[in-house]
Amino acid sequence: VTTQVDEARRAAERVARESYGRLVAFLAARTRDVAGAEDALAEAFAAALQRWPRDGVPQNPDAWLLTVARRRQTDAGRRRQTRTAGETHLMMIQDEIEEAAMHPDEVPDRRLAVMFACAHPAVERGMRAPLILQTILGLTAVDIAAAFLIPPSTMGQRLVRAKIRIRDTGVPFRVPEKEELPERLDAVLEAIYAAYAKGWGEIEESGTPALADEAVWLARLVVSLLPDEPEAKGMLALMLYAEARRPARRDPGGAYVPLEAQETALWDEPLIDAAEALHLARRLRGTATWPAIVALYDHLLTLTRSPVVVLNRAAALAELEGAEAALAAIAPLAADRRMDSYQPYWAAKGHFAALAGQKDEAHEALRLAIGLSTDPAVRRYLQTRLEALRDG
Amino acid sequence: MRYMMLIHHDDAAMGKADQKQLWADYTAFNDALEKAAGAETGIRLQPSSAATTVRASGDTTEVIDGPYADTKEQFAGYYFIEAADLDEAIAWAKRCPSHRFGSVEIRPVHDPKSGW
Repeated sequence: VTTQVDEARRAAERVARESYGRLVAFLAARTRDVAGAEDALAEAFAAALQRWPRDGVPQNPDAWLLTVARRRQTDAGRRRQTRTAGETHLMMIQDEIEEAAMHPDEVPDRRLAVMFACAHPAVERGMRAPLILQTILGLTAVDIAAAFLIPPSTMGQRLVRAKIRIRDTGVPFRVPEKEELPERLDAVLEAIYAAYAKGWGEIEESGTPALADEAVWLARLVVSLLPDEPEAKGMLALMLYAEARRPARRDPGGAYVPLEAQETALWDEPLIDAAEALHLARRLRGTATWPAIVALYDHLLTLTRSPVVVLNRAAALAELEGAEAALAAIAPLAADRRMDSYQPYWAAKGHFAALAGQKDEAHEALRLAIGLSTDPAVRRYLQTRLEALRDG
Repeated sequence: MRYMMLIHHDDAAMGKADQKQLWADYTAFNDALEKAAGAETGIRLQPSSAATTVRASGDTTEVIDGPYADTKEQFAGYYFIEAADLDEAIAWAKRCPSHRFGSVEIRPVHDPKSGW
């Protein structure tokens, strides 16, 4: 019985999440008030998680949630009307929402518009990804804070401030005009990639895989809503390709397996196929793989100067042109003070230096990487590398 | 939404520009803005060298000769505009010739109807 309830709960959570983002987007795009839309839906969402596991997921989850949210919004609207003159506007919005609840199949999908609002240049750069994660996926400030290494209370305050700013400055909730689209889409993609990079780097810790899944989901959403944008497709292809390799990153004993030693049979075939279908003419396997991957990372570098991208690109470059080329590619990162305590940087540098036969550099970098590791499996793997360096 | 465009520019840099061209640009900008709904004629201030600042300091009130902050870019004037959203306001700011010699700050005007 417990598993049945668990299953129902998981199903409810899945459906509710999809609906939540769509409905927050719909309500927020109408009122330009993200926080207000979230408040209205929070109760509906809580009620759904309570009732759906018991009664089953309703045939039309959007209609169910919108009905509850509408009731809640009407109450909030009544309270506000006593002290505002914006009555007509509120009533108009109320009518529209009512209309939408009657015809839930026609609720327009405004998630893309909301993503563009969250990634607007008027919004603090570092808060764009957290805002998208919260409004579209309904992640809590606590979850987002953990992924972005910020205290939860600070993250909560910054999210609240960003939403007030979006409302008060009049940030538009729409897909920008053609001439502005490339630049503004870059900001959206950068925010999604930031979420992905937080969830899963290449060479480092086990991290929080859940966030990587969420980012892939968002990238798929952007591609489905903007099917003609090659930038979005390229990023999704790269993320799927990285995701496909995830199962190969641990051996059966839980030990860390670096890319060059991974069992390609463990790579997730459907994901590889999906990545190829999106972007690549060549098969993402064997020796033909690496030029395509380097090209994808080059492309991603034009979107974001993230050190994570630089490191991942260097790893692909090492396969293609050798360790010296990889070392040259990561050389500019040495001036970046954030690298001092960034484990993946030292692990990658140690790996490349060892391959290039630069023993002293490899030794120093690997020792730092070990000192910075929080994952025991990664630490053990790096220690074997260090020992091999001493013996060899 | 109603916005104010606060113009700050570097008088010296602006003085070095081709004045004929500059004022032609400004006239064109003013004409375009005048056509747009809800805009009012902009206000151009005399240079900051003409400014006097009154400031309370503890129990006394000081009168200072000069602008409130001694920066290269000085407050020079303002426009009120009516824009559908921030992007439309940003487009107006980008059209304003002064942004080439300093900056144009865009601030939404407080709406007493919003309840607080």
